[in-house]
Amino acid sequence: MAGLATKFGSGAMTNSVEGISRNDVLFVIGSNTTENHPIIGLRMKEAVAGGAQLIVADPRRIPLVKFATLWLRHRPGTDSVLLNAIMNVILAEGLEDKKFIADRTEGYAEFVESLATFTPEFAEGVTGVAADDIRKAARIYAGAGNAGIYYAMGITQHTMGTNNVMAVGNLAMLTGNLGKDAAGVNPLRGQNNVQGACDMGCLPGDYPGYQKVSNPAVQAKFEKAWGKSLSPKPGLTASEMTGAMLSGDLRAMYIFGENPALSDPNMSHSIKAFKALDFLVVQDIFLTETAELADVVLPGASFAEKDGTFTSSERRVQRVRPAIASPGEAKNDLAIIHEVYKRIDPAAAAFDVAAAELFAEAASLWPGIAGMQYDRLEGDGLQWPCPTVDHPGTSYLFQETFPREGGKALFSNVPYVVSDELPDSEYPFLLTTGRELFHYHTGTMTRKSKGLNAAASEPFIEINPADAAVLGISDAELLSVSSRRGSIKVKARVSDIVPAKVVFIPFHYKEAAANMLTSDALDPISKIMEAKVCAVRVEKQAA
Amino acid sequence: MNGEIIVNVCMGTGGIAAGAEMVMKAFQDEFAAAGLENATVQNRCKLHKVGCRGFCAKDVLVDISVDGEVSTYQFIQEDMVKRLVREHVVGGKPIREWMAGDDYHVFHDNQTKVILHDLGKINPESIDDYIGVEGYTAAKKALMTMTAEEVVNEVKNSGLRGRGGGGFPTGLKWSLCAANEADQRYVICNADEGDPGAFMDRSMVEGNPHAVIEGMIITAYAIGATRGYVYIRAEYPLAVQRLRIALDQARERGFLGEKLFGTSFEFDIKIKLGAGAFVCGEETALIASIEGERGMPRAKPPFPANKGLWGKPTIINNVETLANLPPIINKGAEWFASIGSEKSKGTKVIALTGKIRNTGLIEIPMGMPLKDIIFKIGGGIEGDKLFKAVQTGGPSGGCIPQQFIDLPVDYEGLKSVGSMMGSGGMVVLDETDCMVNIAKFFLTFTQEESCGKCVPCRIGTKRLLEILTRITEGKGKKGDIELLQELAEDVRDSSLCGLGMSAPNPVISTIKYFRHEYEAHINRKKCPAKVCNKLLTFFIRPDQCVGCGMCAKACSVKAISGDLKQPHRIDNALCIKCGSCYDVCKFNAVVKD
Amino acid sequence: MISLTIDDKKIEAPHGATVLEAARLAKIDIPTLCHDPRMKPFGACRLCIVDIAGLPRPVTSCTTPATEGMVVTTSSPRLERLRKTTVELLLSDHPNDCMVCIQAGDCSLQDLAYRYGIRDNRFSGAVRQHKRVDNNPFILRDQDKCVLCGLCVRVCDEVQGVGAIGYANRGFESDICPPFKKDLNCEFCGQCVSVCPTGALTAKMWVGQPRLDGLQPTETTCTYCGCGCNVTLHTHGNKVARVSSRSDNHNRGWLCVKGRFGYDFINSPERLTTPLIRRQKGGALEPAGWDEALDLITSRLQSVKEQYGPDAIGGLASARCTNEENYLFQKLLRAGIGTNNVDHCARY
Repeated sequence: MAGLATKFGSGAMTNSVEGISRNDVLFVIGSNTTENHPIIGLRMKEAVAGGAQLIVADPRRIPLVKFATLWLRHRPGTDSVLLNAIMNVILAEGLEDKKFIADRTEGYAEFVESLATFTPEFAEGVTGVAADDIRKAARIYAGAGNAGIYYAMGITQHTMGTNNVMAVGNLAMLTGNLGKDAAGVNPLRGQNNVQGACDMGCLPGDYPGYQKVSNPAVQAKFEKAWGKSLSPKPGLTASEMTGAMLSGDLRAMYIFGENPALSDPNMSHSIKAFKALDFLVVQDIFLTETAELADVVLPGASFAEKDGTFTSSERRVQRVRPAIASPGEAKNDLAIIHEVYKRIDPAAAAFDVAAAELFAEAASLWPGIAGMQYDRLEGDGLQWPCPTVDHPGTSYLFQETFPREGGKALFSNVPYVVSDELPDSEYPFLLTTGRELFHYHTGTMTRKSKGLNAAASEPFIEINPADAAVLGISDAELLSVSSRRGSIKVKARVSDIVPAKVVFIPFHYKEAAANMLTSDALDPISKIMEAKVCAVRVEKQAA
Repeated sequence: MNGEIIVNVCMGTGGIAAGAEMVMKAFQDEFAAAGLENATVQNRCKLHKVGCRGFCAKDVLVDISVDGEVSTYQFIQEDMVKRLVREHVVGGKPIREWMAGDDYHVFHDNQTKVILHDLGKINPESIDDYIGVEGYTAAKKALMTMTAEEVVNEVKNSGLRGRGGGGFPTGLKWSLCAANEADQRYVICNADEGDPGAFMDRSMVEGNPHAVIEGMIITAYAIGATRGYVYIRAEYPLAVQRLRIALDQARERGFLGEKLFGTSFEFDIKIKLGAGAFVCGEETALIASIEGERGMPRAKPPFPANKGLWGKPTIINNVETLANLPPIINKGAEWFASIGSEKSKGTKVIALTGKIRNTGLIEIPMGMPLKDIIFKIGGGIEGDKLFKAVQTGGPSGGCIPQQFIDLPVDYEGLKSVGSMMGSGGMVVLDETDCMVNIAKFFLTFTQEESCGKCVPCRIGTKRLLEILTRITEGKGKKGDIELLQELAEDVRDSSLCGLGMSAPNPVISTIKYFRHEYEAHINRKKCPAKVCNKLLTFFIRPDQCVGCGMCAKACSVKAISGDLKQPHRIDNALCIKCGSCYDVCKFNAVVKD
Repeated sequence: MISLTIDDKKIEAPHGATVLEAARLAKIDIPTLCHDPRMKPFGACRLCIVDIAGLPRPVTSCTTPATEGMVVTTSSPRLERLRKTTVELLLSDHPNDCMVCIQAGDCSLQDLAYRYGIRDNRFSGAVRQHKRVDNNPFILRDQDKCVLCGLCVRVCDEVQGVGAIGYANRGFESDICPPFKKDLNCEFCGQCVSVCPTGALTAKMWVGQPRLDGLQPTETTCTYCGCGCNVTLHTHGNKVARVSSRSDNHNRGWLCVKGRFGYDFINSPERLTTPLIRRQKGGALEPAGWDEALDLITSRLQSVKEQYGPDAIGGLASARCTNEENYLFQKLLRAGIGTNNVDHCARY
C-alpha cells in the first residue's frame, strides 16, 4: 500500500470489481484470485469469456492459468524484474502512452533511464521467463484499450514488496491505464476489512483517512475532535512490535481479532516475543494460538452478531447486521472496547458507541466518507471517496487528478533487489506460502467448519514431480521440512502446480505451520514480511 | 471403344455385405488366370468398383459391358465369377439365366436419376472417373464465370429446397447467410443420417463423394465461406473412408485449399464424425456437437444462417441438397425447375422399404403419385397382401392410408395428409401391420433419441410411448385415445426442436386414419392385424393338426399338450403368447385371434 | 429502444432485449423454470412460450429477441394448456414428496403445480430412480427431483468456469452428473445449489434445520475475503441455519465455498463464552467474570503506562472486525492510552 500511496497518493484498488468484465486485457500477478478472491475471480472469467485476454504471472500453475492467454512462470521474488522488462519492451517498441505520460505523470526521464538494463534477455536470466514471452506480454498489455492489473500478497510479501508495487504502478502509468472505468491498478485485499482497518486509522502513522500523525495540522484536528493531546510520533508497525517486545520496549499488548502467533513469520520468534510481554490481552471469538498466550482473554462477537460496516477491497462500505445473539457471556466488541476505554479514561463514559454514531464520528473526521451515513448504505453500500451526502460514491479513482501535490502520478525507479534468503546447498528449495480455497487465513473460523475441514483436512507441501523423483518422495508421504528458523512435518503433494526447486505450503494449519519456516525479513518501507520466499530443506522421514 | 470390356462390381455397403469384395477378388483372379491381366493394363479390359445403384436386394450386382453393350447380373457370388469370365468376358456369350430380370429394369426405368445418375457407373475412389462425367465443371464455372450473387440467384431460381427434411428454399437460406457481416462463415454438410432404414446420404457419399464436395465448394463460394465441415456418422466407415480419399484427391488437384481453380477463392473441408445420436441431425445440435458440446439443440432464432458454428453465419445443407448443386449450375435453374411439381422442384431420393417387392434406393421426380412408387417402382406388395398404408418421413413422419394412393409425393402433398418428406424414408405397410404397434415402434425410437433437454420431448414422448404400450398390451383405458391426441399435440406444439415437434406425428396420423384399430385394442382387447401378442389367443385347429409335436417342442412354458399323431391343445392359462408355436407349425394348424 | 406490443400493452424495451425481458420490464408475468437472467437463455423448460403474430407456433420468450412492432400474446387457453401439460409431465416424473422435502415453500415446481392447480395428474408412468452418490462434504444431490433445467450445469460452466457436471444419457433417462457418475469433487461454491429450482440440489448443512420460510433473514456482508459479498444469514433462534445471497446485489448472488458453507464456526461449541484470566504467570487460563477481567486489564495497562510510558503499550486491531470497532480501538490506543502503536495484520 505504501508503494501505491507514494505514486498515486492513495493505495486502494483504483477500479471496481464489476468493471473487470470490461477489461480488454487483465494482468494478474501474484494473486491466486480464484482461490483467494473467488468472486472477483468470477469477473475475470467473465471477462475472458467475453473475449478479454488474460496474462497470468505466477510461479505456480494456479487455477486461473487455465483461462490465460499467456502464462509467465517467473521465479518467486523476481516480479519487479519481470515488470521492468515488460516496460523495457514497451519503450523499445514505442507502445507507451505519450500523452498520458506528458499530462499526468512526473519523474519520467529518470525512470526511462532506470529501465535501460532490464532487457528481456536480462530478465529471462533472472526470472526464467522466455524473452519472447516477455515481449508478448508487453504487446498484449500495451495493446489494450482497457488493461487492468490485479495483484495481491504475491507481489507485496517480499523484502522488495514496495518496489514490486511501484513497478506495477509504473506499468499502468506508462500505458495510460489509469483513471479509467476499466483500467487501473488493483491490489486485492486478503481479508474482509483490511481496507476498512486501514481506512479507520489502524496504522501506526495514520489517523483515520490516511491523515498523518506526524502532520501538526492533522494532530491539531484530532486533538480538537477527541479532546485529548495526542502523540505526534508514529507508532510501531506490527512487525516492529515483535522486536520491541523482545527488547523490552513494548510491555503490554491488546490484540483484537487477530492471530499473529500463527500468521506472523518466523513463528517461534514471535511466540517468544509474546511470551516476553508483561501483559497480553486478546479479544477474540475462539481461543486462538495467540489467545492461548494471553493473560486475559475476552470473548467477543462474530460478524453474525454485530452491527457495523466492512469496507471491501473495492472501497465499498457495506453494512454488517446482527442476526443472532452472542453465546454465553460473550459481548459485542464495541461494548468491550468501550468498557476498557471507560476504565482508562472516565470521560469515555459519555461516548455513544452505537455503531452508527461511531461511523458518523469517523465520517466527520475523514472527508473521503463524509457523505456516507448508515441510511445511505442499504443494499450494495457506497464506494469511497464519497465526500457529500448527495455524492454517488466513486467506482474508479484518479479520473482527473491524483491526490498528490501537483496532482500527478510519480514514476519511481525500481532497482533489481534479490530476495533476502535464497536457496543454497544446505537449504536447496525455495519455499513460497499462500492460501487455499477451502481455508481462510489461520483457519480460526474455517477449521471450525466441518465441511471445509473435510474438503481440506490437512496441511501439505506441493513439490514438483521431478524433485520428488530425485528425493524418492511419493505422494502423501510425510516429510520433514526445515528452514534456518524451524522445522515441521507435512505430507507431500507431488504436483506440477509448483515448478522444480520450488515448494509451496499453505499457512492455514497450526499442526504444520508454514510460518515456523518463513523468514521475518522485512520490506524496509512497508515493513511487510517476506512470506513468499525463503530457503528450506525437504527430507524424507527416517523409516 | 473398340473391344473395350468393362466390369463394374457394386461395392456400396450393401454390395460388400452381399460379398462384393470376394466377387471383386474372384474377377481379379480369373482375369489373371485367363491372361487378361495385361489387357487391363492396356486399357482393354477394366475392372471397376462402383457405388450403390439402389437395388441392394439384388446384390451383388455386376455389369459387364462389351463394346458398350451392358448386361447386368444379379445375385452374383464369387463361385459364379469363373463362368462369367469364361463365357461372357472371354467367350462373348452373356449368361441369360443370371441376368437381372424385368423387375430390375422396371425399378430403374421409372426413376428420374439426376443425382444418382452416376452412382453405380463411376469408381467413387477415382477423381478422374468423376471428372470424366463432367465432375468439378460446375464448381469451376461458378468460381470463374459467376459472381457469388449470381450463384445464389441461380439456386433461388431453380426452386431447390432443403432435402434434409424442412424443405426450406436453399437459395433463400444462402442469401440470408450471405447478408450477415462476418469475418468468417461456415458450410456444413449434414451427413448425420439417422432415420432407421434410411441410406440415401450414405449411398451418395459412398458412391459419388466428389459430387458432395463440389456442392460444398459451390455453396462456400456463394456465401463467402472459407471453411467447411462434413458431419458424418462414425457408423459409416466406408463413406468416411471414401470421403477422405476424395478430399485428398480434390486438394491434390487444387479443388480445395487456397486459390481454387486459380482464383483467389479459398476453401477447405474437415470431417467431423458423429457418435450416432439421432438428434445431431438437427442443425443446432449438430453445431453444438462440432463445437465439442453435448449434441443438444439450441433455440432458434438465432438461426444458424445468422449465428451458427462458433457464433458465425453458417449454412448447413444435407448431402442430397449439395449433390443437386453441380447439375443446377451446369444445366441451369430452368432445367432443374422443369423437373418436379409446382412448388417442389427437382427429384427426391427415397429409401423404399417395408412390405414391398422391390426395396431399395430410388430417385423420383417430385410429385410422382404414391401409387407409381409403390406399384411400379416398388413392384407392389410382397406376397400379394393388401396394401394398408405408407409411412413417410422417417420416425417422425406420418402414416398415409390407402385412400391417398394417388397423392403426389412432394413437400406439400405429404404435408397435406399429416405426414412429411423428411429425408425421404418410405416404409410400406400391409394388412399384417398393426398401426398401434407401428406408432409404438416409431415412438420407441424417438423417445430414446430425445436429447432430454426440453420437457415435452423428454417426458412427453415417454408418456406417449407408455400409453401406446399399455394399449397394445390390452391395458388401454377409455379416454386413452383422447389423452394420446392431447399429449401428442402438446408435445408437437411446445417442444424445442424438430425432433420433439415431429415425434408425435406417427401417433397423430395413425389415430386420424386408423382410429378403429385403437378402439379395437382398447374396447374389444383385440388386435385386428393380429400383431399384438398380448391381445391374441392361440389355439390349435384339431382338423388341421397332424400331431407332429413341433409346437409342443417350441413352447417354452409347456402350455401345449397332446399325444403324438393326435391333435394338440394349448392351455391358455399357461400360454404366454410368444407365438413360437404359430411360427413352427407347418400345417397352419395354430391359429391366433 | 424498440417498441412492441405485449398482451395489448405498448411496451418499450432496450435493443437486444428478449421478449421475456421486455415483458418483465412491463411487469407482465411469464412463468419460467430454466431461466436465470445471469446466464444465457436455454429454452428447455418451455414454460415461457408465447405466441407472436406471424409465427406459426409458440416460441420461448426467453430466447426470442424482441423486435420493433412485434405483437406478443403471453397467455391464451392454448398457451396455458401447453404450460399445464408441461408441469403435469414434470410432476409425473417427480417424487411429489413435498410434505417432507426441505425445499417445500422455496420450490419453483411446487409453485407451478399450485399455479396450475394440478391435483390430479393425467399422466403417470415410469419414474426415474437414481442412485445417490453423496459422500462429498457439502452438497446433497437428489436427482429424482431434478427437472433438467440445466441451471446447475450452466452456472458451473458459464459463471464458475469449472464444468464439474454435465448431462449424461438420453431421452427420459437423461440426467446430470459429474464425469463417470462419480461423486462431486469440485470447488463446492454451491452456485448450483443456489440456482436449483427444486429440491434436487440442497446443502447437507440444511438437513434437520427449518425450511427457508421458517428462518429469519438478515442482510449482511460476508466475513471472509476482501470481495465484500452481500450475504443473507438465515437464522433460527440463535443459530445460523443457512447462508444465501440475493441475485440483485453487486456479487450477483454468487458466493464461494467459504461464504456459502463456511458458517458453522458461528455456532461452534468452541466459541469463547466467558472471559478467561491467567491468575498467575505460567498458570492456566480460567473463566472469570467481566468485571474481574476488565479491572485486571485496566490496572495492568495503567501500571505499564505509569512505569514505562504509553509507548510501551501496543494494540493490534483487526482486518476482520468492523470499521466502527477499529475506529474505537485506535481511538482507545491514541486518545485513551496515548500511543500510536496501533496496527493490524493487513500485511499478512
